[in-house]
Amino acid sequence: MFSFLKKKDRPSALSMPDAADTATSAHDATSAATPAATSWRDRLKAGLSRTRAALTTPLGELFSRNRIDEALLEDLETTLLTADCGIDATQWLLDELKSAVKKNTLESPSQLRQVLADRLTTLLAPLEQPLDVTAHKPFVIMIAGVNGAGKTTSIGKLAKYFQSQGKSVLLAAGDTFRAAAREQLKIWGERNGIAVIAQESGDPAAVVFDAISAARARNIDIVLADTAGRLPTQLHLMEEIAKVRRVIQKIDVTGPHEVLLVLDANIGQNAVQQVKAFDQSIHVTGLVLTKLDGTAKGGVLAAIARQCPKPVRFIGVGEGIDDLQPFRVDEFVEALLAGPENAAA
Amino acid sequence: MLDNLTQRFGRVVKNLRGQARLTEANVTDMLREVRMALLEADVALPVIKDFIAKVKEKSIGQEVIGSLTPGQALVGVVQRELTELMGGASVGLNLATQPPAIILMAGLQGAGKTTTTAKLGKWLKERQKKKVLAVSCDVYRPAAIEQLKTVSAQAGIDFFPSTPDQKPADIAAAAIDYAKRHFYDVLFIDTAGRLAIDTAMMNEIRALHAQVKPIETLFIVDAMLGQDAVNTAKIFAETLPLTGIILTKLDGDARGGAALSVRHVTGKPIKFAGVGEKLDGLEEFHPERMASRILGMGDILSLVEDAQRNVDQDKAQAFAKKMKSGKGFDLNDFKEQIGQMKKMGGMAGLLDKLPAQLSQAAQQAGSTVNDKSMNRLEGIINSMTPTERTKPEIIKATRKRRIATGAGVSVQEVNRLLNQFEQTQKMMKQFSKGGMQKMMRGMKGMLPGMR
Ligand SMILES: Nc1nc2c(ncn2[C@@H]2O[C@H](COP(=O)(O)OP(=O)(O)OP(=O)(O)O)[C@@H](O)[C@H]2O)c(=O)[nH]1
Ligand SMILES: Nc1nc2c(ncn2[C@@H]2O[C@H](COP(=O)(O)OP(=O)(O)O)[C@@H](O)[C@H]2O)c(=O)[nH]1
Ligand SMILES: [Mg+2]
Ligand SMILES: [Mg+2]
Repeated sequence: MFSFLKKKDRPSALSMPDAADTATSAHDATSAATPAATSWRDRLKAGLSRTRAALTTPLGELFSRNRIDEALLEDLETTLLTADCGIDATQWLLDELKSAVKKNTLESPSQLRQVLADRLTTLLAPLEQPLDVTAHKPFVIMIAGVNGAGKTTSIGKLAKYFQSQGKSVLLAAGDTFRAAAREQLKIWGERNGIAVIAQESGDPAAVVFDAISAARARNIDIVLADTAGRLPTQLHLMEEIAKVRRVIQKIDVTGPHEVLLVLDANIGQNAVQQVKAFDQSIHVTGLVLTKLDGTAKGGVLAAIARQCPKPVRFIGVGEGIDDLQPFRVDEFVEALLAGPENAAA
Repeated sequence: MLDNLTQRFGRVVKNLRGQARLTEANVTDMLREVRMALLEADVALPVIKDFIAKVKEKSIGQEVIGSLTPGQALVGVVQRELTELMGGASVGLNLATQPPAIILMAGLQGAGKTTTTAKLGKWLKERQKKKVLAVSCDVYRPAAIEQLKTVSAQAGIDFFPSTPDQKPADIAAAAIDYAKRHFYDVLFIDTAGRLAIDTAMMNEIRALHAQVKPIETLFIVDAMLGQDAVNTAKIFAETLPLTGIILTKLDGDARGGAALSVRHVTGKPIKFAGVGEKLDGLEEFHPERMASRILGMGDILSLVEDAQRNVDQDKAQAFAKKMKSGKGFDLNDFKEQIGQMKKMGGMAGLLDKLPAQLSQAAQQAGSTVNDKSMNRLEGIINSMTPTERTKPEIIKATRKRRIATGAGVSVQEVNRLLNQFEQTQKMMKQFSKGGMQKMMRGMKGMLPGMR
């Protein structure tokens, strides 16, 4: 187990956390046996189910009860709430379930599970819109988010992802504030073997401007622009990032072609406020949900889907360069609802 | 966030007025509202259940004193309990050991460990004249060591170099040795962020702890965390004998229920609060302020701070002077106010920070006041002549029609603006002795349980 501590080994250790986990479910044992084949979905499921096992009645168990009663619905409520779905979305989902129960079309708790999965899928389906980067060249992607959300790491992963699709990529070191932010992005540039445009100056808009010019000159397909983390309460910083956007528009009236807001799955209901606030200042066109390899379930997407829907382009499932996946609603819902039993099945 | 506790209670207790004590019957509905308020604030559900049970036990049978409603009485119990749970007077860092006093930093990725290391270092150096050294055992995240080096320099504390090819254990051993030989009072050991379920990484930090035997093992927590905070905190507390918690990013607008979750699960004191990215953004933790924030009772203090930060001081002073000189509050001032309001995050931002009673009152005073309507109001004032703005009383029917056409609105809207202006003018007369900030402080005094 301690071989994971060696630096080189760490990304692989992270990409199969189950191997090192002492968790007891059959699912964990399975994935430990075949670590190479572990998909993000299994990892996601494993992560999603762990908490539930610790915290509340697992959904799998709930659905295997043979009667639909108040207690069952209450347990369902608990499960949704502890997944960070928020009061509003949870209430909505429960109302849907209750009306289905009333219509008496449901005979068993397992049918109820199907209804819940359907409703969640319906709710989240509009968020599944893959990112198309072919319409412009260079396709300029601006990355924003609160402090520590995973912006820079996601850029490192995105660069790999786009390069593997045959696109050329260039990075812009637009975080001119945080200590060693530029150095951090440069290392991601090296890992990807691509150029990072940086300046000594403290003006993020100028760096991004430079990078787009460089991308044009070098015939690059995609520009990924990092920005400093900021909280929406820091109005001057929200204005600063709005300016970055305006400067991009100045050099290319069609840009930025994607404005990605990075959300940490560990964050609670404040994520909704984050979407609203960043949308107001920079017109968010897509989301990246990071750190889904942990026990946090990212249920806040349900709240976002109801209050301020935005396409979820990617999810982050680890710290390694390959730990990025396009968002898939059915897989997400399945993983969210699967208890340990279901995951093992 | 109008949907908060006090307002909710208002709804529930309408027909409970005059009841002399809190009973099982009258408390149950209110406790449901407490549950909702705590959920909205991201307090973890199991923690809420424990908390509610405790409040119920303490409140039932309590007499409702004097003019209080049962709702107010219960808010009192809830807030007292919450404050107590959050911990008493803030305790500083414990450095009482053979130097160097070692402080180990632990937490999730992106929590704020590195920044907080430098903040605490600066704090100890400047306030307690300590000789401080910092070292990074984060050999994983790109440029993490470089980051600590930079922030240490900014904090004016010393930095012990390390490289990503070293083992955390070796780095720590070398740093301790160096700290001893150079008579450092305090050594901070920064570590990589890790997920609680990453057993390999949790074993690493457990071993590191056993090796360095820190006097303080601090768990750094992002105040925005959601329900999962309990799980993370539980595993960190099981892996490491934590001695304290530091909440970061409290300068944001998250209600911060994670504070309660983590405090409840670990039982450890919250020692400091991070309130900014800069290295002076560190404060002692205030339990009652946090309790009010979680309950959605309005973070008046931050409202005052916002007002100070964003309101143009010169203009505010010129305005105050004008008020004093006896020259009345006119439409130019009204427009100015709208502009200032916008700077403070707009009406929505402002209302979010007000406690229930006030924001309700504010909404009623100008039921149409929102950000869009602020822009319209500005538009209407813009289409008035300078004379009209200084002497609003001359605006009669013909002028109203002209202004309405100019601003592209109906005459009713012009009337509404003039009404709002009059109301504000009246309010201004009452508050004319002080500026905006004094007014805010005045509001604070109107609230029970606020200091
Ligand atoms: N486990 C896990 N960790 C992640 C993921 N994405 C990012 N991280 C970690 O989260 C921490 C913060 O990531 P950064 O990429 O530096 O975040 P950032 O938003 O650029 O942070 P600032 O620029 O400091 O605001 C780092 O330790 C990353 O390794 C993820 O999907 N899973
Ligand atoms: N606004 C704000 N940002 C903070 C605070 N503490 C840390 N940060 C920021 O959060 C991000 C992550 O912090 P860092 O110290 O690198 O976290 P670590 O990964 O735990 O070491 C950085 O962008 C910091 O500048 C705080 O109290 N307020
Ligand atoms: Mg970054
Ligand atoms: Mg760090």
